[in-house]
Amino acid sequence: MALLTVDSLDARHGLLQAVRQVSFEVEEGETLALVGANGAGKTTLLRAIAGGHRPAGGRIVFDGADITRLPAHERVKLGIALVPEGRRLFPSLTVEENLLVAERGRGRWNVATVVEAFPLLRPLLKQRAGSLSGGEQQATAIGRALMTNPRLLLLDEVSLGLAPVAVEDVYRSLQTLIDEGATIVLVEQDLGRALRVASRVACVLEGRIVLEGVPGELTRERVTDAYFGLRREVTA
Amino acid sequence: MTQMAVARTERAPARASVQRWTPLSMLFSGGLGALIVLLVFVPLVLGDGTTQKLVSLYILVILAVMWNVLAGYGGLVSVGQQAFIGTAAYSTLFLSYLHGMEPFLAMLLATLFTGVVAIPIAFVVLQLRAGGFAIATWVVAEIAMILFTIYPRLGGGTGLSFNNLTLAFPDPHRRQELVYWAALGTTAVLLGLVFLLLRTRLGASLQAIRDDEEAAASLGVGVMRRKALVFVIAALGCGAAGCLILTNEFFVEPPSIFSVNYSALMIFMVLVGGLGTFEGPILGAIILFVIQNEMGDNGVWYFVFLGAVAIAFALLAPRGIWGTVVDRFGVRLLPVGYRLRDVGAPPARIERSDT
Amino acid sequence: MTWLNAVVQGIFLGGVYALLATGLSLMFGVMRIINLAHGSLALVGAYMAVLLVDHTGISPYLAIAPILPGALIVGYLLQRTMLERSLRGGQLVPLLTTFGLLIIIGNLLQKFFSPDAQALNPGELGVKSWRVTSSISISAFAALVLGLAVVVLGALQLFLTRTRTGRELRATAEDADTAELVGVNARRVYARATAIAVATAALAGVFLGMRSAFGPSDGASQLIFAFEAVVIGGLGSLWGTLAGGIALGVAQNIGEQVDPQYFALFGHLLFLIVIVGRAVLESRGVAIRFLRGAQA
Repeated sequence: MALLTVDSLDARHGLLQAVRQVSFEVEEGETLALVGANGAGKTTLLRAIAGGHRPAGGRIVFDGADITRLPAHERVKLGIALVPEGRRLFPSLTVEENLLVAERGRGRWNVATVVEAFPLLRPLLKQRAGSLSGGEQQATAIGRALMTNPRLLLLDEVSLGLAPVAVEDVYRSLQTLIDEGATIVLVEQDLGRALRVASRVACVLEGRIVLEGVPGELTRERVTDAYFGLRREVTA
Repeated sequence: MTQMAVARTERAPARASVQRWTPLSMLFSGGLGALIVLLVFVPLVLGDGTTQKLVSLYILVILAVMWNVLAGYGGLVSVGQQAFIGTAAYSTLFLSYLHGMEPFLAMLLATLFTGVVAIPIAFVVLQLRAGGFAIATWVVAEIAMILFTIYPRLGGGTGLSFNNLTLAFPDPHRRQELVYWAALGTTAVLLGLVFLLLRTRLGASLQAIRDDEEAAASLGVGVMRRKALVFVIAALGCGAAGCLILTNEFFVEPPSIFSVNYSALMIFMVLVGGLGTFEGPILGAIILFVIQNEMGDNGVWYFVFLGAVAIAFALLAPRGIWGTVVDRFGVRLLPVGYRLRDVGAPPARIERSDT
Repeated sequence: MTWLNAVVQGIFLGGVYALLATGLSLMFGVMRIINLAHGSLALVGAYMAVLLVDHTGISPYLAIAPILPGALIVGYLLQRTMLERSLRGGQLVPLLTTFGLLIIIGNLLQKFFSPDAQALNPGELGVKSWRVTSSISISAFAALVLGLAVVVLGALQLFLTRTRTGRELRATAEDADTAELVGVNARRVYARATAIAVATAALAGVFLGMRSAFGPSDGASQLIFAFEAVVIGGLGSLWGTLAGGIALGVAQNIGEQVDPQYFALFGHLLFLIVIVGRAVLESRGVAIRFLRGAQA
């Protein structure tokens, strides 16, 4: 049984229909990349899965349980963690405090192991999160999500606004997580990176999934076409 | 359900015309005008008791409409309007009692003075947002109360009667007539003023500010200036009401004319009647008027009742009775909005993404 | 040198205001709510003490013991029932509902206790005082209250920085949305904040009642003083609330020296001057750190 099942999900953003009848599954250990242009509905979709956005219709099933109406903090307890778009750290809290707020459960992740995975954070623990650089913030944000000891990690645009070197670092850490068997759904505008790191790719256009497949089978051209809405292949 | 919602936002109206007057609003406006004309004749037909009751109704209407202008159209919750009620009342006494001015002229000047005084006050209290603004207005009311209590020869803490009115018009019937017409006239003028204001660009820009201040500001709408204007108008209106209260109750003392209970009444009327609509506050005033006549207008349980009902409306029916009617049926009795002829649905509201 | 004495007494009065204002500051910091019924709730604390004292004869100090947990519960329930819903309605609704609550509480107090003034007996401490100079004396009770205010503020500060709940409170205050996404139950956090706020208000109320006579309509003026203390000291800073309370107390006492009727007036004027002063400084580009949230 899939770890996450999204079934005919509809979500509105104000008056706009941001997510239309989206359905997909994520197996344990998979890495699903959601690609698509800005405004395609990817962030809304991730937030809906995490509980930060109430869907207008459809179902979300996690580990066999229907979580569609469950509040966000309850989903965290079940094992879903979101690294939000723009990091959204708590600026006046220190890095350590940002991590500690999310601390949950007896699992692999605590402050010590997070710092091990992101060594750049070690000297920054007592520093206010608001004063960090982009890359440092991203590491903190991912670390914070990990502190909840999640079974499903959702990452929204982790490369946004970061210098290439920082992006490298982030993806290197992600790769380690993936190698260790984490289940990840990531939203990524950088097509190349997405295709390199994912075990499956779905292209989102105007709220719909228009293309889905394994990176090895899809050519870059097909994905790019779907991304821009040329020769649309509607699967939903 | 979802399909329907999608359909509504995607369908483009085939042919839409923007109109301000609908047949219903024309009918109602005509009716309202006729009503006002009829009301002029009341003192000639009905007794003094009735006219005095009606004056208190007019006072409530003014207060409700003014508070609604502030909160419903300006987005400003004030719990200090009593500052202007009391200031105008005491200024009237100052002019007539201390300086022998003709009472009605004194009332007019006192009201204008209140409006002028409100200008610098506006710029002070508008430095704070929301809750801060509310308490700041209350502080202003407290200051006004203290100042007028201290001011010599205006009765201090014991209060003062509006004897000049009796002196100028010894015949009680004549006096009551004049007070009635002054009240009716003031109410009509103020209603008309607010109506016109809302129909002009000010009205539209106020709604814009209320809906999204940042966006409005980025469009070049002078937010501070508009809010100040709204504040001054409300002060003027409340000042006028204060003068009328003086004539109706005949006696003022600082703790009662500057009482926060007036704010409680205003909030009740507007919340129950319909925040942000033109007709709502009038309805709320009528409702309060009826309650006052049934329940008696003082006493602990009266205010507990008002408070509880206001809370209930704020939580459960924030648009008030009339607001709910407007939202459900798209009805407007007075043409203070614009209607798209084709789409008959209630006006679209920006929904925050549900969390 | 009665002026100096006035200032000294004002400093101690500031302790009372700081204690009262703490809860207001906390609720605003966490939820951006100004609880207009805050002063009224403090007054309820005082009246509960009166009830306990009258029926059991214990001292007001001991009466605090049952009042505090009661206040915590009341605050928690208040948040979960009324304020939570109010928050969903936008910024204006909490003002309207807490105002309604203020009206209701004030009138109910008037009904169940008489409109006449009551007082609580501070006991020995009320009469004991230390003579500092020929014109300045410090009452033991006033010193106690100031000390208590410092302790409460310090404890609250520690709570916010060192405990898990405190951390959650601060995170939720900054970004409730994201806090939820990392597992914090925002509703529970808010309820705890309100509980603490009401408890400190009740505590302040009991001491206010020991300090001077009070009546059912005092909730309004206490709210105003508390808010003035918060604004003068700078919204969003707990220690600022202490400073603001002291400034307010001093201003009021100086006013009283000029003329007893000017007591509250001087405080009000200081409040307005601070508001305008900040605005002027801000427009000149002088950034003031603790302006976050209060100024338009």
